[in-house]
Amino acid sequence: MATLAFFVLAVLAIVSAVVVITHRNPVISAMALAFNLVSIAGFYLLLQAQFIGLLQILVYAGAIMVLILFVVMLLNLRHEPASHRGGLQRWLAILLTAGLVYVLGRAIWTEHAAFPAAPAGFGTVENVGQALFRENFYPFEVISLLLVAAMVGAVLLAKRRL
Amino acid sequence: MESLSGLWNRILSDDAAFLAVKTLVLLLVTVGALMGGVSVMTWVERRLSGVMQFRLGPNRVGPFGLFQPIADGIKFIMKEDIVPADAHKPLFVLAPAMSLVPALAAFSVIPFGPVVEAWGKKIGLVVIDLDGGLLYAFAIASLGVYGIVMAGWSSRSKYSLMGGLRSSAQMVSYELALGISVIGVLLVSGTLRPMEIVERQAGWFWQSWNVFGGGWQILGFLVFLIAGYAETNRLPFDMPEAESELVAGYHTEYSSMKFAMFFMAEYINMMTSSALLVTLFLGGWQLGFPVPFTGWTLWVLQILAFLVKISFFLVLFVWVRWTLPRFRYDKVMALGWKRLFPLALANVFVTALVVALR
Repeated sequence: MATLAFFVLAVLAIVSAVVVITHRNPVISAMALAFNLVSIAGFYLLLQAQFIGLLQILVYAGAIMVLILFVVMLLNLRHEPASHRGGLQRWLAILLTAGLVYVLGRAIWTEHAAFPAAPAGFGTVENVGQALFRENFYPFEVISLLLVAAMVGAVLLAKRRL
Repeated sequence: MESLSGLWNRILSDDAAFLAVKTLVLLLVTVGALMGGVSVMTWVERRLSGVMQFRLGPNRVGPFGLFQPIADGIKFIMKEDIVPADAHKPLFVLAPAMSLVPALAAFSVIPFGPVVEAWGKKIGLVVIDLDGGLLYAFAIASLGVYGIVMAGWSSRSKYSLMGGLRSSAQMVSYELALGISVIGVLLVSGTLRPMEIVERQAGWFWQSWNVFGGGWQILGFLVFLIAGYAETNRLPFDMPEAESELVAGYHTEYSSMKFAMFFMAEYINMMTSSALLVTLFLGGWQLGFPVPFTGWTLWVLQILAFLVKISFFLVLFVWVRWTLPRFRYDKVMALGWKRLFPLALANVFVTALVVALR
């Protein structure tokens, strides 16, 4: 059952990811990305990480993608001819992708037997809360400070006259 | 008959099979109730608006016009289904479903009754009793905006597009106030599971309900109520439709059953919003006072209590719609970001302080 669900989700995720980068119409690309994010949330559910799966839908698919879609629709892009395909950038992209595939593939290939099974209660709201606010309290607070600084910076840059 | 009872016994003895059958039955009951609720609500809305405007409203089909929803349904099916020539066809067809499916799915974590005992098993009257149930409801409900945005964009009409743009901005903005207004309840309850949140609110209502003595979440309640109107695109915040400026907003180009699906989604969202409000702040299926009953009498009374509470807020939705004028768009956004959002945050801080010092 879980294996079947995995393969269905994998096909959905890969197809939608391919549509994101190949489709000419930016709105369709954005919708495919939203679809991709929801199928990734499905993977989290399969991995017993319920809380993260739900947050993935709530934050990425529900809020961030809607804002991206909003901007795309506001800009009202016409069908853009395929123009900027620089030679160097293309080869660099292929090289880096190959490197990433190699590193990830090797890690999974050599380590897949060593992955421990999820402990009882893994991924519930309570356990994620314990991990964030007890075990990793200081890193968590530092990251939130960083995010606030980034937000203030973005507002300041966008709005010169406050 | 013997094979049937034999099958039933086999299901009862197998936990996985029982879970599957239980979930399926509860799912059918919930979806049926929501669909039935939509047809009743269309009648209530039209009759009440009639009362408020000193006219009769639909009273011809059946007693008091009660069969009007059936007539409306047949009318919707018979109408010509028009797809504009310039529309982006796949998304235009998909958009109503993308609006209706999240609306239906979000309701599945809301408990409509207590944990009942039957056939020697404990059955919670909720489709899926999820650990992060509340988060699920918000996550799925937040996907509903795609239906509206896609309807607006794929219609290739400027009114529809404006409606879609407005809805995406409005729903994302009010989602923040809505989500933060709930945190107070979560701090008091210490759980995200809707069933537990309701079970905590047992007893006399002024002592136990979260809006009163259970947590004094009056501010959170009000923010949730107001933001709920914006999230469901109802007056006074029905910017995505705004018929005086945008014809009918995002569903201008829709006809027949596709339009009816948007219509159903709006009403189901109203019910989900009311049900969440009742579950979080007003004791869910709790009666709010002790009664000398146990067993099925009590359970039926508790389900009825839940329905009565939801009905109150549904009528309030209609009441507000036909009483208040529409906000101007920039004022809607200002209200969301500059009033409701800080109020909800203040509520979180005060509640957190009280919970920490308790």
